[in-house]
Amino acid sequence: MNIFAHIGRAVLDLLAEIGRLAGFTGRSLAAIVSPPVYGRLIGQQFVHIGYLSLPVVGLTALSTGAVLALQIYLGGNRYGAEAIVPQIVVLGITRELGPVIAGLMVAGRVAAAIAAEIGTMKVTEQIDALTTLSTNPVKYLVVPRLVAAVLSMPILTAIGNSIGVFGGYAVATQNLGFTGSVYLRNTVDFATSSDIVSGLIKAAVFGFIVALMGCYHGFNSKGGAQGVGAATTNAVVSSCILILASDFVLTAILFST
Amino acid sequence: MTPKIELIGVKKRFGPKQVLDGVDLAIMPGTSLVVIGGSGTGKSVTIKSILGIIMPDEGRILVDGEDVTHLRGKSREPLMRKFGMLFQGAALFDSLPVWENVAFGLIQGRGMARAKARDIAIEKLAKVGLSSDVAYLSPAELSGGMQKRVGLARAIAADPEIIFFDEPTTGLDPIMADVINDLIVATVKDMGATTLSITHDMASARKISDNIAMLYGGRIIWQGPTAEIDKSGNPYVDQFIHGRAEGPIKMAVRK
Repeated sequence: MNIFAHIGRAVLDLLAEIGRLAGFTGRSLAAIVSPPVYGRLIGQQFVHIGYLSLPVVGLTALSTGAVLALQIYLGGNRYGAEAIVPQIVVLGITRELGPVIAGLMVAGRVAAAIAAEIGTMKVTEQIDALTTLSTNPVKYLVVPRLVAAVLSMPILTAIGNSIGVFGGYAVATQNLGFTGSVYLRNTVDFATSSDIVSGLIKAAVFGFIVALMGCYHGFNSKGGAQGVGAATTNAVVSSCILILASDFVLTAILFST
Repeated sequence: MTPKIELIGVKKRFGPKQVLDGVDLAIMPGTSLVVIGGSGTGKSVTIKSILGIIMPDEGRILVDGEDVTHLRGKSREPLMRKFGMLFQGAALFDSLPVWENVAFGLIQGRGMARAKARDIAIEKLAKVGLSSDVAYLSPAELSGGMQKRVGLARAIAADPEIIFFDEPTTGLDPIMADVINDLIVATVKDMGATTLSITHDMASARKISDNIAMLYGGRIIWQGPTAEIDKSGNPYVDQFIHGRAEGPIKMAVRK
């Protein structure tokens, strides 16, 4: 086969995939706004996606804040600018690192779990069974996960931000000789509500991406255990890529003046 | 009399493979049709086309004389309420206890109160010979035969007019297979439902059917009353029901 055929096929496959994803997203969004609303399922997913992600998000936020404080101190030291630590920590965490790291952690935990669960349901015909029982699988499986992820990610990120700032505070006051009250005043005075809100908007978008990728790859898994494994991997990888790509776009939009 | 289900020239292709190549089939109300045929001849695709899970490329599907081939979404809901289905692997929801599996269509599909649906579920479980303690177990704790019975209870929970059975006895020991056959006959006769089953288990096919149709090469090559299957005069049917390796049907050992 000649090289143009290969390129052509690859491009067509990519376009078909984008089309399928767009269709899936459209159907999911349409299902969100149409009744019935499965409140009980949204609650369950809130626990799975939000509450149970707290430990891993909290831990990574704590270490990120601590390392950030240390690095900025060491870097700032070269210019005699080490006093800038609290401002940079709070800015870095709320605008960027808090939502992105929480997003990536949730992608690893939740996108994988969603893809594996829905993928297994797909290959064992449980999704077909939903259809035969007069239940729309998108409404029953996708909507609760999307809603729970979009609502819980900003909350997770807000908690992660607080823990991250605390991590920086702990290192700065214990190891770097900052006074606690001065550090906190500099943090609070410097951070604006737009820094925090922009981070939380990002977090909601990342939550949407994670749940959508988990559901999409789960629904499209084929074959048996191997297909479910591939769906799980693809869900995590595509969530991470889309989080990083959308982070750039969102930053450009949110901070364009 | 209008057939309960009618397929007219249904075709479906997956990539290069023409799975269904003009299937014509009619099932009269209250009768039981079994479609036999080897693995990969499109038996499951036939059922999934009627259920609307797969969209046929060509042809028409009629239920109670009404063309439902392209019915989707909201307009399909009243139709789906006529259907019940027992899946090959039972396809029970493993996140829910047994009773909620059985009651699923009543609670989610019809908005029945949970307590009332649970009572009906336990009654249906009794119908398939399962006691109420089973109701609170998770599907993973059940044997294959018990899962099939729960699947049957779920299929009949909403008293459907039409029930589909996908390989109801596959993977069961011969005694449990016969128990399931008896349950199918008993529950279906009891309800007066129309059924369409697919199987390659001839003992099961003879027991649960009024009529048999054989699917080969994407078409129905023979159909008739169950009693006549042994004198069909069709070499394909003869080879299949006697399970001979030699005959007009060549199995693709290598792809």
